[in-house]
Amino acid sequence: MKLLTTNFLTCAVKTCKTSPLSFPLHFKDATLERTEIDFDPLFMRNLLPRVNWDALTTTATELGLQALVPAKNPVDVVEQSRGDDGDIDVQAEAEADAEGTTINATETNADHEIEEEILRRLHNLLLETGVVEGKLVCGNCGFEYPIKEGVGNFLLPAHLV
Amino acid sequence: MSRPEDLLPPDLYYNDTESAKYTTSSRIQNIQASMTNRALELLDLDRPSFILDIGCGSGLSGEILSEDGHIWVGMDISPSMLDIALQREDVEGDLFLADMGQGIPFRPGTFDAAISISAIQWLCNAETSDVSPEGRLRRFFDGLYASLRRGARAVCQFYPKNDQQRTMISQAAVRAGFGAGILEDDGGTKNVKTYLVLSVGGGDITGTVSKMEGVDIEDGRKLREAMHRGKRKGEDIKGSKQWILKKKEKMKNKGKIVKSDSKYTGRRRGPKF
Ligand SMILES: C[S@@+](CC[C@H](N)C(=O)[O-])C[C@H]1O[C@@H](n2cnc3c(N)ncnc32)[C@H](O)[C@@H]1O
Ligand SMILES: [Zn+2]
Repeated sequence: MKLLTTNFLTCAVKTCKTSPLSFPLHFKDATLERTEIDFDPLFMRNLLPRVNWDALTTTATELGLQALVPAKNPVDVVEQSRGDDGDIDVQAEAEADAEGTTINATETNADHEIEEEILRRLHNLLLETGVVEGKLVCGNCGFEYPIKEGVGNFLLPAHLV
Repeated sequence: MSRPEDLLPPDLYYNDTESAKYTTSSRIQNIQASMTNRALELLDLDRPSFILDIGCGSGLSGEILSEDGHIWVGMDISPSMLDIALQREDVEGDLFLADMGQGIPFRPGTFDAAISISAIQWLCNAETSDVSPEGRLRRFFDGLYASLRRGARAVCQFYPKNDQQRTMISQAAVRAGFGAGILEDDGGTKNVKTYLVLSVGGGDITGTVSKMEGVDIEDGRKLREAMHRGKRKGEDIKGSKQWILKKKEKMKNKGKIVKSDSKYTGRRRGPKF
């Protein structure tokens, strides 16, 4: 299971939906593996704004990989430096984002400002690093989701659905 | 022929033997590939995307997503199917053993798109007596809706048992908040392929779906009309060559630009190799 995926997974138990403790799930007894995936800067640029950086930091730290996570999401770093210049309407952009509209030229500019080297390193961490064996544990209800051969078992007993 | 859905629950039907037979059949490979390509065409993605494949099975649908440059996550309830997916080189997606009828365990706005190829009709066969098809459909579509980004689409090709099941499924999608439409390829033939096209839009229930050619908007009223229409004689079957030619004529009259007719008009596309 890729680190990418764990950044989006939540506890499936009904009563955990509203609890902030149910995300991210925590690794236990995890064995790491590497898989090679073609690097695609476009995919990384599409994905990064969605990555929850605090959760990624937590997960990486649990796996002993904290050194591989930059302090901030590179998307935010670019965003901020532009905001300081005062020439971009961050508010309007955020609204456009919330509406799900495709973004104007400013995003394209930002895209180019993130160095490819940083994207490559994050590709390596998010898409090529994963857990083959272990468990994911919910911080709220304690339910353990086993991972075998990289496949997470998210089947719930009926009473927890 | 009896429907697999009526024989056994999916994890038992797709056991080791059946899963291997399914995955190695070149006939099935071709059909699943061409339906996945059709779904991708309907998704109309403009960049490499993060996609959920529901009922991913052994990865026949997912590998088409990889070929197109996307990264996907697959969910399936059959351990045997997932085992085969693990053994196949071309399967790059992250796999989960999960029951779509229990919901979609991802945080809001995770995916750019979702596909499901030949799977969601299984939701109508509840495995045990304490879960109803209605409840499972609701949990599935509510979860799917939440897991998609604003403006995202989902395309579910499925095999409805009858009109009632088709309605039950699309109504559940609409109730979850989706703009929904149904598209049929080879309608009226025994090879008919039904696609539920869903969009996560703001406000307007029909959303982007209404702008897509050949897609029927699903709301209660329209659905009933469509069912009546289906019974009337002499109407061109939606998606048939005759139907497409007529539609093109109409568009031309409205001053729209349409592709010129060719011997391929109204024919299905073959699988991509
Ligand atoms: C006909 S196969 C299609 C597999 C794949 N999408 C393809 O195109 O080859 C249907 C799949 O749906 C899965 N399925 C059925 N019910 C399911 C459920 N409740 N949750 C998840 N997967 C389910 C089955 O296990 C099976 O692998
Ligand atoms: Zn939980």
